[in-house]
Amino acid sequence: MPQSAEKVLDHAPLFREPEYRRMLAHKKLNFECPHPDQLVSDQREFTKSWEYRELNLAREALVVNPAKACQPLGAVFAAAGFERTMSFVHGSQGCVAYYRSHLSRHFKEPASAVSSSMTEDAAVFGGLKNMVDGLANTYQLYDPKMIAVSTTCMAEVIGDDLRSFIENARDENAVPRDFDVPFAHTPAFVGSHVDGYDGMVKGIVEHFWKDRQRSAAKGTINIIPGFDGFCVGNNRELKRLLDLMGVSYSFIQDASDQFDTPSDGEYRMYDGGTRIEDVKAALNAEATLSLQYYNTRKTLDYCQEVGQETAAFHYPLGVQATDELLMKVSALSGKEIPEAIRLERGRLVDAMADSQSWLHGKKYAIYGDPDFVYAMARFVMETGGEPSHCLATNGSSAWQAELQELLDASPFGADAQVWAGKDLWALRSLLFTEPVDLLIGNSYGKYLERDTGTPLVRLMFPIFDRHHHHRFALMGYQGGLRVLTTILDKIFDKLDRDTGETGVTDYSYDLTR
Amino acid sequence: MSLQYDNDGALHAKLIEDVLARYPDKTAKRRKKHLGVARSGEAPGEDGTVVSECEVKSNIKSIPGVMTIRGCAYAGSKGVVWGPVKDMVHISHGPVGCGHYSWSQRRNYYVGTTGIDTFGTMQFTSDFQEKDIVFGGDKKLERIIDEIEGLFPLNNGMTVQSECPIGLIGDDTEAVSRKKAKEHDKTIVPVRCEGFRGVSQSLGHHIANDAIRDWVFDKKEIAFEAGAHDVNVIGDYNIGGDAWASRILLEEIGLRVVGNWSGDATLAEIERAPKARLNLIHCYRSMNYICRHMEEKYGIAWMEYNFFGPSQIEASLRKIARHFGPEIEARTEAVIAKYRPLVDAVVAKYRPRLEGNTVMLYVGGLRPRHVVTAYEDLGMVIVGTGYEFAHNDDYQRTGHYVRNGTLIYDDVTGYELEKFIEGVRPNLVGSGIKEKYPVQKMGIPFRQMHSWDYSGPYHGYDGFAIFARDLDLAINNPVWDLFDAPWRERPRRRAIAAE
Repeated sequence: MPQSAEKVLDHAPLFREPEYRRMLAHKKLNFECPHPDQLVSDQREFTKSWEYRELNLAREALVVNPAKACQPLGAVFAAAGFERTMSFVHGSQGCVAYYRSHLSRHFKEPASAVSSSMTEDAAVFGGLKNMVDGLANTYQLYDPKMIAVSTTCMAEVIGDDLRSFIENARDENAVPRDFDVPFAHTPAFVGSHVDGYDGMVKGIVEHFWKDRQRSAAKGTINIIPGFDGFCVGNNRELKRLLDLMGVSYSFIQDASDQFDTPSDGEYRMYDGGTRIEDVKAALNAEATLSLQYYNTRKTLDYCQEVGQETAAFHYPLGVQATDELLMKVSALSGKEIPEAIRLERGRLVDAMADSQSWLHGKKYAIYGDPDFVYAMARFVMETGGEPSHCLATNGSSAWQAELQELLDASPFGADAQVWAGKDLWALRSLLFTEPVDLLIGNSYGKYLERDTGTPLVRLMFPIFDRHHHHRFALMGYQGGLRVLTTILDKIFDKLDRDTGETGVTDYSYDLTR
Repeated sequence: MSLQYDNDGALHAKLIEDVLARYPDKTAKRRKKHLGVARSGEAPGEDGTVVSECEVKSNIKSIPGVMTIRGCAYAGSKGVVWGPVKDMVHISHGPVGCGHYSWSQRRNYYVGTTGIDTFGTMQFTSDFQEKDIVFGGDKKLERIIDEIEGLFPLNNGMTVQSECPIGLIGDDTEAVSRKKAKEHDKTIVPVRCEGFRGVSQSLGHHIANDAIRDWVFDKKEIAFEAGAHDVNVIGDYNIGGDAWASRILLEEIGLRVVGNWSGDATLAEIERAPKARLNLIHCYRSMNYICRHMEEKYGIAWMEYNFFGPSQIEASLRKIARHFGPEIEARTEAVIAKYRPLVDAVVAKYRPRLEGNTVMLYVGGLRPRHVVTAYEDLGMVIVGTGYEFAHNDDYQRTGHYVRNGTLIYDDVTGYELEKFIEGVRPNLVGSGIKEKYPVQKMGIPFRQMHSWDYSGPYHGYDGFAIFARDLDLAINNPVWDLFDAPWRERPRRRAIAAE
């Protein structure tokens, strides 16, 4: 009997005990009707080949292990970044259970959102009644300051019109007439979660800015972070830098407190977020900066329409990308970049110089959201690494061209390939046929690590199987240090593992590296 | 080992009254039917008889805007019933999200070479685009099936799990499946589990069961030598290895498990099921339909059983053995005796650390009742329980488990659950990922009871040891005593729900 009270065996060791191994072998042989082992191992080898890669990359319809989610997830994340705002997703209810679970699994935090719970009758007659009743219930139960409405694909397919539905709900006194109910149509069959983010942020600023006169406030800046699983660390780090500069700024969408509430006995359904007063005042900012261009294209267009200057970045981390962000902020605000920040910059460069021999020439595969991949490729090249494969399932041809331009500008990008629209099953073939030293992505990359042996560095949403990484900044010079250290740890851990065999490889098991 | 206790029914009734007062009138009227306090049945206490009655309405549409915890039919089919069938490719047919959020999240353990001969922890999607909505997705689906055949030739079949738009745009996934099944000589099962169908995951289970009946059974010649002690395990999804920790016991008492549905299952195990002598059903809610069908069509009896905690395991093993006669009964007694020292040691070690702790549960379709006795085996007290997607027959069965005064909540809303927890102040809550963090922030220990909080198995004797250890580490962790900063003059009382 393998189990005991003294030393309780968990699933991993338990099922490796002889009783279970025998049982599972017997099950396979007698009941599963498996393919012959040879056939399985032949196919496994075949999937590592160039021939399989060609087949795999030639796919036109099938998508396997895509690194993207759907629009409403982005809308729910976006709404979480505003003061006492409840997300209300109009359509089928299962979707909302999924968004909430997904966000909770990454942040290890509560994630609140409600659904209008449309079912078959609503599919036939439309979901107006669900909207009216739903808004009334949400308003009454959860005491929000604002309800941000987005849609599932069901509501989009049947063509429910949010603007008129919300008006109707007001007419029926579901919410008070002056209560804020911004909205965004977020069809899951267009774009990805980054577009849902864009749509909802635009929906919210438009709600507060439309029909109002702008009176430019010199030197104040709006910052839109974009969909960012590291918002907790990043937003706080950026605020620190901006405070050091003495800049007048306002985050438009900031979920850093919402997804990092303390444990002190009180459950805070709402915490932090951009204040509604600040969203209103943000109309008058001199400029709006987006930290993730491909998350905010429509919002930035709208900001330009109202007369603001805009500038966009690609998840600014590392040296040059942070330099550019700070210089832009300085130019817009008229505030100098203080010496303290220059010293921070120097410390990051110092660390990179200390470690350069371990990083120079290392090859990387990077996947994730478009701005993140751009940022990581750039930082990797700053360390002397080569971003061999840059993949974004939700990357467009415009993204591909822009990233290619960056790669072309550096000798370290000479052999890089950009894969827009491809999925992680395609990346599996790429890693087998053109291997790299490190894979940078999210938790889903663990299957690629298992299959191809490429060590995975988790630096992007979602991270389910490691805890608390998102609490630390990746952006800015401090964030660069974090990224640098994370990559180095992975390299050194692998080197120690590879040289750790006693009496065989441990001549290289160096104490100092 | 069963405990005798009553719960504070008066307090629970007051809590229900309080939460209802917060709702708009119309909503309060509807929610009222889903909340109740269990009261003593006519013959309380004895095994197998009703100890209480749980009269709440169930399996009714959720109310918009209240933060139901429920999922959808797709979750019930792809996520629960079909997803674990390991040698088939399950296509999430529609936009990318549903497959993405359900990717690898249910912990249905299996053995196989993923991507080669098994496909459990992968996300296959048709990633619908606007043009697919406008022009229909049937052509795309055909192409997808062909591409799967090319890239994953060792798949033993496919299912097409319809997402919301499929049913709305009028695609004919049945015709595509039929055509491609013939062309590739493979089982291809269209499942009409669009998320807007029904009121919860539950209809998805039913639809998935029906798809087995209509698209798998009696479709091929099955060469299989049936035996006298053949059983199927139905409704065990092998979460954290549950089905394995159960199978080992069934084999030890001399039975042959022909098919395990659907954790770690292959298509062959499903196809052969009608040849077995008895269907043993664990998750009644999600798979009773196919058991009833097999009874009608093939004359296979079915029997509910419960492998959570030693009291139920012993009772269930004996009940199962009775079906097969003295030889199996004798072996069963030997197996129970063999594991008795393990049970005694686990209880001796953990009961003193858990005794008297109160528990509130809110889970899916089986566990809100099935796990009750396992807690009681460890001296713990169930003060409240409820289901996401139960039907009336589940609440009837719940009466066999819960005590007088237990708070009962069907399709609970986020607001109600928080208020109930705040009012009851249990020592442990067992529910899902969405509930975990709010509860923990209130200073109350929590275990996820869908995924076993990344632990498990919890079934069987081996699982019971893990279950007991997990409750201990949840409740007796020192972190719960660190919530109050010592420099605050009057530390706030723990457990404050959000307004």
